[in-house]
Amino acid sequence: MLYAILCYNVEEAVGSWSKEHHDQTMTRLHGVHDKLAAQGRLGPVARLLPTTAATTLRKGREDMVIDGPFAETKEQLLGFYIVDCASLDAAIDVAKDLAKANPSTGSYEIRPVAEMHESHLPAEKKPAA
Amino acid sequence: MNDLGWIDPVLSAARPQAMGALLRYFRDLDTAEEAFQEACLRALKTWPQNGPPRDAAAWLIMVGRNAAMDDVRRRARQTELPDEEQLSDLDDVETPMAERLDGEHYKDDILRLLFVCCHPELPATQQIALALRIVCGLTVKQIARAFLVGEAAMEQRITRAKARVAQGKVAFETPGAVERAERLAAVAAMIYLTFNEGYSASAAEVEARKPLAEEALWLTRLLLRLFPAEPEIMGLMALMLLQQSRAKARFDGDGNVVLLEDQDRSQWSQPRISEGLALIDKAMRHARPGPYQIQAAIAALHARAARAEDTDWAQIDLLYANLERLQPSPVVTLNRAVAVSKVKGPEAALEMIEPLAERLDGYFYFHGVKGALLKQLERPDEARIAFGRAIALANTPAEAAHIRQHLDRLSG
Repeated sequence: MLYAILCYNVEEAVGSWSKEHHDQTMTRLHGVHDKLAAQGRLGPVARLLPTTAATTLRKGREDMVIDGPFAETKEQLLGFYIVDCASLDAAIDVAKDLAKANPSTGSYEIRPVAEMHESHLPAEKKPAA
Repeated sequence: MNDLGWIDPVLSAARPQAMGALLRYFRDLDTAEEAFQEACLRALKTWPQNGPPRDAAAWLIMVGRNAAMDDVRRRARQTELPDEEQLSDLDDVETPMAERLDGEHYKDDILRLLFVCCHPELPATQQIALALRIVCGLTVKQIARAFLVGEAAMEQRITRAKARVAQGKVAFETPGAVERAERLAAVAAMIYLTFNEGYSASAAEVEARKPLAEEALWLTRLLLRLFPAEPEIMGLMALMLLQQSRAKARFDGDGNVVLLEDQDRSQWSQPRISEGLALIDKAMRHARPGPYQIQAAIAALHARAARAEDTDWAQIDLLYANLERLQPSPVVTLNRAVAVSKVKGPEAALEMIEPLAERLDGYFYFHGVKGALLKQLERPDEARIAFGRAIALANTPAEAAHIRQHLDRLSG
């Protein structure tokens, strides 16, 4: 089954990481990605621009366009993974590996994917690894 | 995991809100700073074992306030607060209480904290130094290095600035809409100055001064989170991101300035450009143009051009015309002339800058542009004079060297 692992964290804190901390964390995270990729279990991965670049469309009788993220919360959605896992336990294990690579603050929300459509993006629009 | 690299970022992320609230309680920068320091020390002791609290800023506000309480009780004049016993169990009580106390205040708290740094009687460099110390939490040593002065001199500058702020009247009541907008504009101007202090450095100094540009970006992001629907703050953020995106390409191996049109565009930072362009798109929707947005839009046209010759100079000319209307200044006209020279030719551009000669006579860039236009018009003698004047006025050896290249090409 496909699972989405949604990454939530305190955006201001992630933005203040020192270069060393950032690089070390990324190296550890890439280790986890590589393992999943080698097993053929890693789907699309996205890291999102800061929520200051976000815009929200609130639906209603008249749609409303609002600057900023959907909700003003301490922890924000900063990115996500799609991973193929045999069970919820396996998905939790992936999240635990990610948490070990990137400890401290934040949360990973594990959500089974109901439906996923094939990507029709041209090759050059594929996000860099 | 023993990596405690996460604690400092959590502390600095919480710093503006915590310092802003502590300043409101104690109405004194030094007391607020001491209280915050004390809270950080306690955080470093307890967080590694207990993990971070759910709301780091609220935790720091409560702990800092308690720590400084005894000292301050004698000075009184605090906002009404619950009894200390109620605060002892920080795990459960702190968050809802802090939210009640600070939920509505924190935006104005942070804005006030930034605004006290922009005291109009303080020279720009002192405003910047104070903001870096108080809001960003840089050490005096780090600030001194960025300003290329000794630590003792910087310490003195900051102490003097704080004393100035302490003498002045700071409005602690919640500001009205007009006042809030004025504060926001003053803070934005201070932040852009901070950015330029870092960005306009020469190649030799650029590494030391880099924190200035980075902290300016950090501060703007902070402002934008507080005021997410302000198009000028989006514009300021976009402008700085787009300028910063070219940082790597601005100097060659010898430290010489590389002009925009000669830069290796593959060195431009794509993530910064994407973020800058996203912010301009957002700002434009508001249809409330302002100087930062227009300058950002100009920077965006450069960022969008894959090669220098693809630059949409006609559009840049139009944007400068708008900027001239909004914020008339001979320097803006001079910049516009560069676009005009690309669209209508050097003759028209020269005609445009001639009336500026008196006001910009002491400005390096004016004579540089004039020389370049005269050169294009094949008037080498006049060009040589203009370039000579530019070299005499150059602020950095790199600027002078750049003009000298033009001179060499003239004689060649």
